[in-house]
Amino acid sequence: MTKDMMPSFNLFQPADIESAIGLLTDAGDKGWAIAGGQDSLDWFKDRIKRPETVVDLSGITALKGIRETADGVEIGALTTLTEVENNPIIKEKYGLLSMAAARVASPQIRNKGTLGGNVSQDARCWYYRSGLDCYRAGGNTCYADTPEGMNREHCIFGASRCVAVSPSDTAMALSSLDAQMVIQNAAGETVVAAEDFFIGPAIDITNMNILKPGDILTAIRIPAKWAGAKFYFEKVADRNTWDFALVNIASAIIEKDGIIEDIRISCGAVECVPKRLHVVEDIVRGSVANEETATLAASAASRGAAPLNYNHFKIPLMENLVKRAIRG
Amino acid sequence: MQKKFNSDRYNPLNTVRDALSRRTFIKGVIACGTVAGTAGLMTGCSENGSTPATGSVERLVSINVNGSIRRVDVLPNETLAQTLRNKLGLTGTKIGCDRGACGACTVMINGVTHNSCSVLTHSVRDAAITTVEGVGGPNGELHPVQQAMIEELAPQCGYCTPGQVVSAVALLQRNPKPTRDEVRQGLSGNLCRCGAYNNYINAVVLAAGRS
Repeated sequence: MTKDMMPSFNLFQPADIESAIGLLTDAGDKGWAIAGGQDSLDWFKDRIKRPETVVDLSGITALKGIRETADGVEIGALTTLTEVENNPIIKEKYGLLSMAAARVASPQIRNKGTLGGNVSQDARCWYYRSGLDCYRAGGNTCYADTPEGMNREHCIFGASRCVAVSPSDTAMALSSLDAQMVIQNAAGETVVAAEDFFIGPAIDITNMNILKPGDILTAIRIPAKWAGAKFYFEKVADRNTWDFALVNIASAIIEKDGIIEDIRISCGAVECVPKRLHVVEDIVRGSVANEETATLAASAASRGAAPLNYNHFKIPLMENLVKRAIRG
Repeated sequence: MQKKFNSDRYNPLNTVRDALSRRTFIKGVIACGTVAGTAGLMTGCSENGSTPATGSVERLVSINVNGSIRRVDVLPNETLAQTLRNKLGLTGTKIGCDRGACGACTVMINGVTHNSCSVLTHSVRDAAITTVEGVGGPNGELHPVQQAMIEELAPQCGYCTPGQVVSAVALLQRNPKPTRDEVRQGLSGNLCRCGAYNNYINAVVLAAGRS
């Protein structure tokens, strides 16, 4: 029980983005921004991350809400997953994100957890989570990629010393919707594509995204291009609630006269970042969305996969999910 | 012939008559704040100095729980579940996993269910909190969900029950006539290790049918 009292920190609750950036910039790597707290508080309770300054962003109204813009929709990073799931604009035009948000964790976590937090959460590898000095924690070994390592949930693509996977469900939807991430810091505002927001271990082994101390992910923009497209989202997990994906898939297809005119398809929990399946997209573009196209696309989807001891099952699982997504 | 219970001492029915039950004793102690263990739990965490930084939150706050405003001293790193149980004596809210996985600590914040173990108390100063103690009537009448759970024999060990009740009450507030599948979804954030899920779902369906 006493283990569950978090180590002390100074808590700040700024009312605007500028004050929050000021506090986080001053705190540097001893600072921590907390949105819904559904990932952060676990780190604090386990005493693995021990920030001195915690900046609670939940009082900043400018970070919340869903607004239609001239070329799409802008979602405040602190909008809860339940709001994203039930928002009429998202449901009607960008249903892929609504479907993904609905499959995250449990109702209680979706009521508190935010879209920004869901895409920025840290790796769920239990060796890393239990505080071991692995590569991701700044050490010089990987406990999962060993002959005895329990790596059933780990990656089949893009391993570079670390074999953790992207834990988010909404990240796959955002990747397939060509979303743009709006980041603010003391120097101003930067907008990056979702594909560039997430980074693998070959680029930075201790971070899953490009956010640096002093940065705040303020909003996520979805362009109108994919509004009303044909969407498919499926998450396969051991448990249908709370659990993280073993593999998930998110696709957006624009069809004309039965022909796939354009497509985005992203697969999760197979790599450290949402895996855009460019090969699948190239194969099916211009083809009829039928069983034959789906089978061809599926067989190409897992090309180059390098499974670990216990996760070979992810290859056929991924192929079947691609098949279902194309077949619709 | 020997009776099974030959002494009142072994009659389990008599233990509930004890003037001072274990539960009342513990709650009384929390109210007095005299247990060394509890005091250590709450103060022993300030190991890196007790002076808060300028601009950090004020510790003495008012929070709105079950319709009454309670003044309470809250640490910056304190969760709502800890405040409710250890400082306000509202021990109906249980702490199971303390990691947002089991739902035993479910409370409503502005009518929406949250895992209170994963909410900083300071972030809900301006919100209306409803715990399992606050879902019944003013004179202790059971909520229809609670009555139905008794009838359907939903609780076995009972540890997850307060969380199940709060999740079910919140569900019926926003959707008074849920389908069985919607009930299943509504309670999906609450683990029951006895596996009485169907009994809980039956109870919520029964309660919805009566209102």
